[in-house]
Amino acid sequence: MRMWAQSHLWQKPQRLNSVLAVAFALTILILGASTSANALPAFARKYGLRCSACHESWPALNNFGLKFRDNGYQLMNDRDAPIWQNPGYWPVTFRITPIWHRVSRLNQVDTYDSTTGAITGSTAQRINSTGFDLSGLDFHTGGTLEKNISFYVLPSSDSTGAFHFESVNARIDNIGGSPWLNIRLGRFELNNLLSEKRTLWLTANGGIYQTYHFSPVGDGNIAGQMGANQFGMEYMGHSVDDRTRISAALLSSNSGNVGLIMGANSYSGFFTFDQAFDAGKLGTERVGAYAFVGEAATYYLTDSSGGAGAVPIPGSGIGNKGFSRVGFYGQFYLGPHFDLNVVTQHGSDNAWFGQGYGDAIATDGDGGATATCSSPVNGPGCPPNNTPGTTLPVGSQAPTWNGYTFEARYVYSPQLIFKAVYEAERMSQQATPGTPSNLGNINNYSIGYRYNPYMTSRSGFAYFGEFNLFHQDLTGPINSAGNPTNVNTSELLFGIDFDF
Amino acid sequence: MNSLKPMRFISAGLFTAIPCTAILGLFLAIGSTPRAFAQEAPDVGPKPPVVVKPRESHIGNITGHSADGKSDYRRYCAGCHGDYGDSNGENAIWLDPKPRDFTIATFKCRSTLTGTLPTDEDLFNTIGRGLTNSNMPVWNTFTKQQKADLVAYIKIFSPRWEHEKAGTPITIPAEPAVTIDSISHGKALFTKLECWKCHGTHGEGDGPSASTLTDSKDNPIRPYNFALGKNDSRFKCGSTNQDIYKIFMTGVDGTPMPSFADVIQPNDAWDLVHFLRTLQVNRHSKENEVLSAAHGVIPPYVDKTPAPAAAPADSKSPGGGQ
Repeated sequence: MRMWAQSHLWQKPQRLNSVLAVAFALTILILGASTSANALPAFARKYGLRCSACHESWPALNNFGLKFRDNGYQLMNDRDAPIWQNPGYWPVTFRITPIWHRVSRLNQVDTYDSTTGAITGSTAQRINSTGFDLSGLDFHTGGTLEKNISFYVLPSSDSTGAFHFESVNARIDNIGGSPWLNIRLGRFELNNLLSEKRTLWLTANGGIYQTYHFSPVGDGNIAGQMGANQFGMEYMGHSVDDRTRISAALLSSNSGNVGLIMGANSYSGFFTFDQAFDAGKLGTERVGAYAFVGEAATYYLTDSSGGAGAVPIPGSGIGNKGFSRVGFYGQFYLGPHFDLNVVTQHGSDNAWFGQGYGDAIATDGDGGATATCSSPVNGPGCPPNNTPGTTLPVGSQAPTWNGYTFEARYVYSPQLIFKAVYEAERMSQQATPGTPSNLGNINNYSIGYRYNPYMTSRSGFAYFGEFNLFHQDLTGPINSAGNPTNVNTSELLFGIDFDF
Repeated sequence: MNSLKPMRFISAGLFTAIPCTAILGLFLAIGSTPRAFAQEAPDVGPKPPVVVKPRESHIGNITGHSADGKSDYRRYCAGCHGDYGDSNGENAIWLDPKPRDFTIATFKCRSTLTGTLPTDEDLFNTIGRGLTNSNMPVWNTFTKQQKADLVAYIKIFSPRWEHEKAGTPITIPAEPAVTIDSISHGKALFTKLECWKCHGTHGEGDGPSASTLTDSKDNPIRPYNFALGKNDSRFKCGSTNQDIYKIFMTGVDGTPMPSFADVIQPNDAWDLVHFLRTLQVNRHSKENEVLSAAHGVIPPYVDKTPAPAAAPADSKSPGGGQ
């Protein structure tokens, strides 16, 4: 998943060449994955409602859309069961986003001798590239199997054409006739009030919420990314009008990868509560809190029989260590046109994660394991493994940080929305004493718009444009003086987002 | 802490952003096709044929303004009810029953007598409650202010709101205790008033006239099926006993369901409510508890008045348990 990519990107400054070499590919992957939002004309067709009924601006949900989702994709109007649909109705939506974009980023670039052509070294150099592009293709399918029994399946391809299952889950709602008892099983998006899967953003760094994926530089915990779709079981309850919502999910600590490739018995929990209240002419305000706590493996058995070194064995992870992400949500409407979404986070990883333990099993991000480390574990270029007898470096401590996301939206009309987001991630304690206190800090800015030239219940279509600035301290290429630079990446993107 | 160099960075972005804004303008121009406009709401598409006056609604201490309801109407309502409130939204052709036509200001769910305009609160409650057995959702995620603004907005579509005042809400007397006698009397009224002709002898919506019914716009319409509902069952205009009372005392305007306000007395109406509840055989209710205590048998109603018109000889006798 892109979250894995994001975290690992900042974990290995000592391998900047290789990291930056795949940065562009990851950018494309991220872009592809970030289009996996859940906006379904299939639902609109079923109920005869315009997209705008459920989406503040497609694909971001409004309160009515949130209630629809919380009811298991049902309006609760006695027309929810499939038997009410024309037999020819098939709940499938295709979504694709052709774009043009300009990316400006700093790379580690080889330098050459002008006469011999031999490589003489390397330096940091900015590369600007433009071009037409294509994000992934999503096949959204979801709806009711019977009243109060629903499903959601999202096979999604990235820009290379590789498919993975972004979401696969079934849910049973209103058990015993109570909206307070709903169960979901499978791979699903966590109950984040500010949904990343329904984000209005499509740039590589703006299309994900940094707060949902932040990981300290060198940190080996891949399980703590709340923006990633996760495998597990979720209990969810809400009031009839959806003003009060609670959820608790038991998850495998594998960052949503299939096949039990990570820890043998590693679980985490994600808990949320939020409450909305009327504020007169201002609108409906909502505040809430979340906690993502759990454990993930730091030790893997290895197999060297293949001659490729001590390759970690998928599924053998033990030596669980803890992590936590806690914070607040806020969704504040300031009249009918303007709203501000706020997410805060205080994150903490065990000191073992802080020293890079935990990610010995490389994942391809699409639900599979890829053993890419050909050297013995703990060897050069390979992530460390918490084998018996291993001790942490003296002074190692649990890395902690704080994150803030502010997303503002100005809804000029149901067809035109302007948007802006600012994110700040700040390390409060580095894992290794003496590390620069700002190493890995992030500032992320995006502005943009989406314009829907028409609104019907048959398809979604939007012109959109975005500009993103991404900055991270001390994780860029090594400059000519031998010092790490800051990452400064910008992306300008225009395109057409449509589904049908 | 190293600092970002924002000016250099931003200027580089702006250098690219300016020409790309031109591309954006082109995109927008391409997107603004006449066809797209044809589906849009009054403020961005063709002007409405009639200049409408601003309207207000008053629900408790909340005042709704039509101007404030316009955006939400476009967002949530126009797809079915149409940009001009004439029930010709792009989805209307697919819906059954058809969406309400606000231009004629005839509303099903009222607390006022048949033929009169509903109160603002009636419309307010309908938005928040939704209409079961239709595509009208439960819009209970709206704030009270949003609903009040929408009530004001839908009043701009008909001149009736300019010339008429809302009717006076009917008075609903306190509900008497449920007894087997009240259920028995209600059953007799169900027969006498010929409710069974549409709703069927067991309330299953299969009476002899059911297949012939149309609404005021000649669209086919089905009578309510009491037997389908379970504990979460709702009627078109509510779910409580008071709501049932109100429905048949005010009628469901625009449908063949008449008002019985001139036909039966309040206490008799409550008896009919108690009987109707027994037709919901899968619903837990005090009426069904009373009926169960009577071993599921509704005794014949003893009255000195002349016998009511008999049901067809081949029809089933109304009422649960017989």
